[in-house]
Amino acid sequence: MSGAELPLWVTVPGTLLLIAAGLLTLVGSIGLLRLPDFYARLHPPSMGTTLGTGCVLITSMLVSSALLQRPVLHELLITLFVVMTAPVTAMLLVRAAVSRGRARLDDSQPGNRNGPADQDRKSDTSSANASGSSSGHM
Amino acid sequence: MTAFFDHAFEYAAWFASLCFVVAMLLAIARLFAGPAAQDRILALDTFYISGMLTLLMLGIRSASTVYFDMALLIALFGFASTIALAKFLLRGEVIEP
Repeated sequence: MSGAELPLWVTVPGTLLLIAAGLLTLVGSIGLLRLPDFYARLHPPSMGTTLGTGCVLITSMLVSSALLQRPVLHELLITLFVVMTAPVTAMLLVRAAVSRGRARLDDSQPGNRNGPADQDRKSDTSSANASGSSSGHM
Repeated sequence: MTAFFDHAFEYAAWFASLCFVVAMLLAIARLFAGPAAQDRILALDTFYISGMLTLLMLGIRSASTVYFDMALLIALFGFASTIALAKFLLRGEVIEP
């Protein structure tokens, strides 16, 4: 720690933001460990990803601005990047999980839980499944 | 007053670092316990984000700007690896011809 030269407009919001970020990220990881389903498990880590990262980066911006005696804004790069990429990651993971779960359902009971939508994807996954259905693809 | 909040900020920084490290450990537990491959990928993504936050906390506590570049690189590579693994699960190959 750099000693007692941090001003009060850094330490007061910094304390609150760091405590909030730590609690949010910890609760997100506990939810990742304890929730029963994959689709339920997808939700809690995004809390730490967006809010925790935002709180820590605001604190980092405050500390850097106070130390360098000028506004430092390059932490906005990480914020922008993380906020832009978190939905892409979640969407791709959910699409992979839906595809894999539907392929497993087609093994046991065909025609269950499939809507009328995207028939070509269904035939695609079932044909890809027919080649490797014996090796429990988990 | 200033000294009090300076100490409070220091303790809050330690608390946040501890929380991020515990979050990393829980993500590792899910990474080893996850029943399906997408659970493991999600745990790896959470692990990357928590590691990036731990590095940012190191940067805040030591008041240096070196850790910021490492955090940016970890964010970039974490996103790229998660996208590649999810694409592999979805299509069976990463780069399609």
